[in-house]
Amino acid sequence: MATSLTSRKVAAADAASVPPRRSRVDTTFYLFLIPSLVLFTLVITLPAVMGIFYSFTDSIGFGEFEFVGFINYIVMFSDPAILGSYAFTIGFSLVTVLVVNAAAFLLAIGLTSKIRAKTALRTVFVMPMVVSGIIIAFVFNFLFSNSLPRLGAALGSDLLSQSILANPDLAWTAIVFVTAWQAIPATMLIYIAGIVAIPGEVYEAASLDGASPARQLVSITLPLVAGYVLINMVLGFKNYLNAYDIIVGLTDGGPGTATRSVAMTIFSGFTGGDYAYQMANAVIFFLIAVALAMLQLRLTRGKVSV
Amino acid sequence: MSTNTVSTSAVPTSTGRPPVRADRRDRANIPVTIILAVASLAVLVPLLVTVSMALKSTAQAVDGNAFSLPDPVSAAGVVEAWVMTNFPRGFVVSLFVSTVTVGGVIVLSAMASYAISRNWERRLFRYSFFYLLGAMFLPFPVLALSQVKLTGMVGLDNPAGVALLHVMFQLSFSTLLFTAFLRSIPEELEESARLDGATTRQAFWRLVFPLLAPMSATVGILAFLHSWNDFMMPSLITSDPAWQTLPVLQSIFQTQFSNNYNVAFASYMMSMAPAIVVYLFTQRWVMSGVTQGAIK
Repeated sequence: MATSLTSRKVAAADAASVPPRRSRVDTTFYLFLIPSLVLFTLVITLPAVMGIFYSFTDSIGFGEFEFVGFINYIVMFSDPAILGSYAFTIGFSLVTVLVVNAAAFLLAIGLTSKIRAKTALRTVFVMPMVVSGIIIAFVFNFLFSNSLPRLGAALGSDLLSQSILANPDLAWTAIVFVTAWQAIPATMLIYIAGIVAIPGEVYEAASLDGASPARQLVSITLPLVAGYVLINMVLGFKNYLNAYDIIVGLTDGGPGTATRSVAMTIFSGFTGGDYAYQMANAVIFFLIAVALAMLQLRLTRGKVSV
Repeated sequence: MSTNTVSTSAVPTSTGRPPVRADRRDRANIPVTIILAVASLAVLVPLLVTVSMALKSTAQAVDGNAFSLPDPVSAAGVVEAWVMTNFPRGFVVSLFVSTVTVGGVIVLSAMASYAISRNWERRLFRYSFFYLLGAMFLPFPVLALSQVKLTGMVGLDNPAGVALLHVMFQLSFSTLLFTAFLRSIPEELEESARLDGATTRQAFWRLVFPLLAPMSATVGILAFLHSWNDFMMPSLITSDPAWQTLPVLQSIFQTQFSNNYNVAFASYMMSMAPAIVVYLFTQRWVMSGVTQGAIK
């Protein structure tokens, strides 16, 4: 995105140096822009401002309320339920980012090498992306609570003969697995784009110099897709922080509160009389999202658009 | 190395290629092919288990064995799921939400992007662009509490409200793609149309919008997949369970009918199938959309 903005800045500078072609903006352009601006303001901006406003009150979602200053924020930072959900969500996201990127990178290498049935294999590997997260989580829920324990029992493993979804120490691995199952395709496609963008001559030259395929992978492919690794890590981390559908389908936050994500905690504000309190939580969550977005912009700056 | 420049439809054929290519084709990496084929089972098995469970008779499915094949093949699960979830209504609601989302996203963001890209030197349009991009950094959980309250207040706690939210959450990304694409369409085309007496509005709808078709396809398909598969927004926004989308309706099998595996899986299968079918016919756009969104 950054390059496109830079090139636009150049275009804008050019436009400034020559006399403007149209002295007056055609009203049609305003009419084209206004619907988006108005709807965006009502649907996105207004709720955001409302959320910040309510986070400084003691509202329970309806009726009267009073301003309480920063109390919601102060209480939040010593609330084990909220801290626990952040710890789980951040830890889960970090593990998922690593799993997804490792698997996606290997698949991208495989799918861009000289293989048979390339198109068919790629079609299959992208498929998880188009499947509803909650539904595939229900399918895996069945596999984890019926099929895997049978396998565990057959192998004589005490640990695996119970459903891992009911095990507070293991339930998160199931969530990582299903999230990765669904997130790998998009990450993989970005790596494929990165690998395909490397000029073939580079590899030709390397093999003429006697570099083995393994050496080419380490010395050419890896350094040249390093930028994509960063993009994928930040994009992925940002997405996994919002984890909700798959967790609902697998554990619904349990056992106990072992796998409750931040999104689930925020949504509890609908029921528990914690409306304003969870608004404060959402504001903090928003600040984290903005920080990550800034990081993302910084990382993609100067990247050649493909 | 030209096999490395893969397009999604590139199945190498030996006809009309230099002999050296035929050699390379023969040296296709069989071990890597086998490893990938085995790995693809991780994708296929859950989907095939869904189909296989869906086609079992109730008597066979009750043992909960995921890997036995249907014997006999039975439509009982499909029939019962059809009735139990009121599938036709769920399907129509899902279709309504995703159709409105696709149409809304394409029209709104194409118009806004056109206005922005053709007036980039003006501050109002430039700032509007960054303003509209803002939602990319605002995940739904952050806004959910207020949005649920607001949609309830104005009577949009229904599929129409869900579609509106889907449109607005897709708008940033789509505007980004459209403005990038519009820069590749020369303004001279519109200038000449205008010299021939066309208004800006006519120039857009008759000339520019048709030229945007490839990007509209990408934007539309990605919007459809997001909207069709979403669980979070409809489950929180729509207050009347009768008007829920297909993904939300599936939760009944987690509670009251938890042992009717064939019925549950038949229902899962019917809800997932439309998205998979759309994907199989449009995978080129799906794949390019993902890549452009991340890299542009």
